[in-house]
Amino acid sequence: MSKKILFIFTILMIGSLLLAACAPAAEEPTAEEGILVCQITDTGGIDDKSFNATAWKGITDAEEALGIRGTFIESQEVADYERNINAFIEEGCDLIITVGFLIGDATAAAAEANPEQLFSIVDFAYDPSIPNVVGQVFETDEAAFLAGYASAAVTQTGKVGTFGGLPIPTVTIFMKGFVEGVNYYNEIKGTNVEVLGYNIEDGTGLFSMDFSDQQKGRELAISLMDEGADIILPVAGPVGLGAAAAIQERGNAYVLGVDSDWVLTSPEYSNITLTSVMKKMDATTFSVIESVIDGTFTGGVEVGTLENQGVDIAPWHELSNLISAELQAEIDQLREDIIAGRIVLQ
Amino acid sequence: MKREPQKNEKAGDVLLQEINEPHEDQTTHKRSVWNVVAIPLLAILTGLIIGAILIAATSTTVYAAFNESFGQGLVTAWNEVITAYQALFTGSIGDPARIISALRSGDERAIRSAFNPFLESLVQATPYIFAGLAVALGFRSGLFNIGVEGQLFIGAACATYVGYAITGLPTIIHMPLAFLAGALGGAVWGFIPGLLKATTGGHEVINTIMMNWIAFRLTEWLLSGPMNRPGAGGMPISPLIEESAQIPQFFQTPIRFHLGFFIALGIAWLVWWLLFKTKWGLNLRTVGANPRAAKYAGLNVAKNYIIGMALSGALAGMAGGVQILAVNRSMALGLSSGYGFDSIALALIGNNHPLGVILASILFGTLRNGATRMMVVSRIPIDIVDVLQAIILMFVAAPAIIRTIYRLRKPKHEEETVFVSGWGGGQS
Repeated sequence: MSKKILFIFTILMIGSLLLAACAPAAEEPTAEEGILVCQITDTGGIDDKSFNATAWKGITDAEEALGIRGTFIESQEVADYERNINAFIEEGCDLIITVGFLIGDATAAAAEANPEQLFSIVDFAYDPSIPNVVGQVFETDEAAFLAGYASAAVTQTGKVGTFGGLPIPTVTIFMKGFVEGVNYYNEIKGTNVEVLGYNIEDGTGLFSMDFSDQQKGRELAISLMDEGADIILPVAGPVGLGAAAAIQERGNAYVLGVDSDWVLTSPEYSNITLTSVMKKMDATTFSVIESVIDGTFTGGVEVGTLENQGVDIAPWHELSNLISAELQAEIDQLREDIIAGRIVLQ
Repeated sequence: MKREPQKNEKAGDVLLQEINEPHEDQTTHKRSVWNVVAIPLLAILTGLIIGAILIAATSTTVYAAFNESFGQGLVTAWNEVITAYQALFTGSIGDPARIISALRSGDERAIRSAFNPFLESLVQATPYIFAGLAVALGFRSGLFNIGVEGQLFIGAACATYVGYAITGLPTIIHMPLAFLAGALGGAVWGFIPGLLKATTGGHEVINTIMMNWIAFRLTEWLLSGPMNRPGAGGMPISPLIEESAQIPQFFQTPIRFHLGFFIALGIAWLVWWLLFKTKWGLNLRTVGANPRAAKYAGLNVAKNYIIGMALSGALAGMAGGVQILAVNRSMALGLSSGYGFDSIALALIGNNHPLGVILASILFGTLRNGATRMMVVSRIPIDIVDVLQAIILMFVAAPAIIRTIYRLRKPKHEEETVFVSGWGGGQS
């Protein structure tokens, strides 16, 4: 008896679910409030505290300032990229933003198959350029140079350290600029501050080979501190937070944030964050969105530099007492020199 | 299990009996159709209900509505869930209204887009079928192959290499060659733990897990070193494979439906035929069911373990190969979202039978595909699908829970089920 009732109940439930699913789509929110901007993350996910999250911040900023609508899909594997792009084309996105070098192929293929659809890709530039894609690339070494110079001035032990996630150009450019900044300080001041973790001659260095495991960041930071480094630049997304935790426990060293201003994104480490090397993908993403609204969108490359504020170092916040007025003036001068091309980075 | 040799002296007779048996006893099968289908169906339904509760419970708008009034909250929660499941359905099967209007308009691109959701679900299911078959064949042979993920990576790397390094071959040769290279790579990666188990008794669970890590790091090194794409500057991505190595897709963009799905069905049939219609398969299953009895029946247990692991690895390698050759067209970091591990669950849902694996794969593929649209429409994280899959699996794996909830009676006879004989199982 009870089995029968349950059977009927089950059928009813399945039926109602199916009916609900088949029912004429409940009035899609067609209210056109601004353009639709859609982001496809790489396998790091939207909350990677790195380029996916920063690009998404550009979209949410534009939601507030420009009244656009933003949405995103997280990719779980390479095969998802093409499918997710197709899904967004279906949704009628006005601008599709893909994040990361590894989505480069899928973005190019989709852009060529859908010449009307506008795209922007973070950390990738096409050569030759595609008319409906804007590549966002960053001269991060310019900002890292300033951070390196400041670190060389602040260090007590005469040693600073760095490590990366993977030996790939978008990571090593931070490390290279950092080393160049330190070397420049040595040249000018006649000091001998040493950088552990990256060799600018042959490009070898210390890498976590991972962008998610904070434990690895902790271990690398501890070994760098054991070697005497008292300022560390971890270029490995969330792995760097593990390094920050280790540094905070040790208490006599500082960390340099990457990508975004860590004092704002990870305030728990604000007492040890000297500054951050900011790669403002939010700013470049925002300006690409603006260009779509203005109708000035043109395919090509958007390069983030010190000059256009696409890269920069963060304010000193709580640690501003470590930076003398003199050092601040020197750094301001360096910034001018780099923008004017008087200092040329390799 | 019910025909497993009980007494040593009769083992030979039992084997002969099984070989000569014309068909599996169909009468009991017919009677138990409801029993077989009921559990997975009810498990899916229960999974959807629990998923609905989760969707409502994690939505901020629902909380806001409950603050206004209880009734308002219920209505909002209901709407939220319906929107989400509607998106899941239209994203994975298709939107009937849209299909009709597309057909009416006659616009080719619109028609393709309207039919894409269903076909895309099959694309999603394809690697699951191969990986699920790999696990199922392992289970049938008494081997718990947790190394499918690693074998998949090695298979993908081999298929990629053959795909781009060899040039000038016609498609009819190059494509199968690259695919078989993937199978071979996976087979080697499965053969090693099989050999270790057969010769030293090292347990395959531990060895395949270790082989996974070796495979992950090895492919990472290959991708950023010897197999790195020129100009990628160490970014872990391989060159694009030659056009002649690509498994063809049947339609133009955005439909990605490809020949690999039918290859998967063919391979599934082959696995079924091998397992249930040949002497080799009988040997594998006998060793899987009871290695001691198999040994006394005169079977070479060690040899069968090696064969079982190598075949399982070959199927896993095909999963990697088909992804590269049909969909990705190059290998990069983030190749798999865990097909090798999901497929363990999938094989269990499919009762380690090739047909069951196909059905379970299509279910998994459909869920994953629909989740994309669900994420776009209602910003529900794709992880909810992992939760759904986990709940469904839990209920399928533990049918007693479903029987208790829905007060089903226990079937009179035990279904033929396959499970691994625990740690140390197979040591004789």
